[in-house]
Amino acid sequence: MSVPPPSPQLKRTPLHALHVALGAKMVPFAGYEMPEQYPAGIIKEHLHTREHAGLFDVSYMGQAMLSGGDPARALERLTPADLVGLRDGQMRYALLLNDSGGIKDDFMAARLPNERALFLIVNAATRDADFAFIAERSKGSAQLLPQSRALLALQGPKAEAVLARHAKGVENLGFMKIGRVTVAGAPAILSRSGYTGEDGFEISLEEADAERVARALLGENEVLPIGLGARDSLRLEAGLCLYGHDIDETTSPIAAGLSWTIGKRRKLAADFPAAELLMTELFQGTKRKRVGLRLHDKILACEGGKIVDANGKAIGRVTSGGFGPSVGAPIAMGYVDVAFAADGTELSLMVRDAACVATVVPMPFVPHRYKKSQGR
Amino acid sequence: MESGETRYSESHEWIRAQNGAATVGITSYAAEQLGDVVFVELPRVGKRFAKGGQVAVVESVKAASEIYAPVDGEVTETNSALSAAPAKVNADPEGAGWFFRMKLMEGAQLGALMTKDQYTEFVKGL
Repeated sequence: MSVPPPSPQLKRTPLHALHVALGAKMVPFAGYEMPEQYPAGIIKEHLHTREHAGLFDVSYMGQAMLSGGDPARALERLTPADLVGLRDGQMRYALLLNDSGGIKDDFMAARLPNERALFLIVNAATRDADFAFIAERSKGSAQLLPQSRALLALQGPKAEAVLARHAKGVENLGFMKIGRVTVAGAPAILSRSGYTGEDGFEISLEEADAERVARALLGENEVLPIGLGARDSLRLEAGLCLYGHDIDETTSPIAAGLSWTIGKRRKLAADFPAAELLMTELFQGTKRKRVGLRLHDKILACEGGKIVDANGKAIGRVTSGGFGPSVGAPIAMGYVDVAFAADGTELSLMVRDAACVATVVPMPFVPHRYKKSQGR
Repeated sequence: MESGETRYSESHEWIRAQNGAATVGITSYAAEQLGDVVFVELPRVGKRFAKGGQVAVVESVKAASEIYAPVDGEVTETNSALSAAPAKVNADPEGAGWFFRMKLMEGAQLGALMTKDQYTEFVKGL
């Protein structure tokens, strides 16, 4: 086997020393040195999160406040999400689009209770470009203020019980709701959200508080620290897109299966980037579609792998693949010509020059277990 | 070299020979680098290969890696337990996590591989 070479100068999150102390294997990720796994290993970390609770350091994510008279309206020029309609304490998954309707990034936008500014969380690799783009395009109507804050994610069926020991009222915070809460004595922006398909929380903290809060949560019996390896296998099983892999500047939100992020009001108004093209795609369909794939053999598909039909003709490409520890089998997602996108369709993935049979399956591969809010 | 002594390759395979037959697997270092092993694709019994040839593939949650023949030989047995329990490669890489047994073609090739001490030094330099 071959071993990758060491990496150049990397940034560190406020939890770096804690990761090292916990025995993490550190790897480069989006310019940061991050834990790929801890001594438990990726499979145990993954299964532990699905069964109990896992703590993730996602401080590499970019956080910002967008302030001004009407920041939601300003940002709506760059996304088809309904941001003006965000109620106090509500968070929404949204796409940042370029002028041709390609996805510049996927991000979270939230309106904190009784605050006018929008709270934004974007991907690490795209942070600088996103912030420059948003600042430039909203010049005069809104002001982007990047925040140097840490971000933790506590995910899993025990997340609520664990967090309730360190913060008040977390039981009442519904899925995709957000508020300012004190967590283990530290001021936090707490949302009920995540990237695992499980119930859970994301906790934005001042950098100086991050290690203390992380240690408090890790001190709970149900909680294990979780690295990037399991973060990726958890989100893949949950059918969630990884920016730069499953979606990028060339991807149509419609082909990606993300048309649900287009607000109803926005569809009627058709007032977002490349609206004409995207609305046409929405009604007439796209050439390719993102699908879930189950491989029949004990072989792992990798990103970039060609997808072919029974005659060996190229019909698509794998964008994410790996072993699904909860599924107990190799899984993948990718884009295929619509003729092959129906559930149950058999096709082949090329892995190391061999055609491996796979079936198109619905996503998520593992059912989501979000805590949906009652009543509303 | 002594019978039963383990030798190591630069591509992180180990080989333990006794009476013209040898057992092959991947080193603890390799297993740790790979992370949790999920599949092992083993060679057919009877397959012949030359030193450096690709004999097996090991897939972990992180990557697929090819396993190369440390010396010339012919596969006589494979560790079929690995298909149901690939985690053995992580738990005991240089014991129960062995990959295959082989008949040696050229015993002298073994002498060219690293001793345990040499391999330990080699890994330190990586």
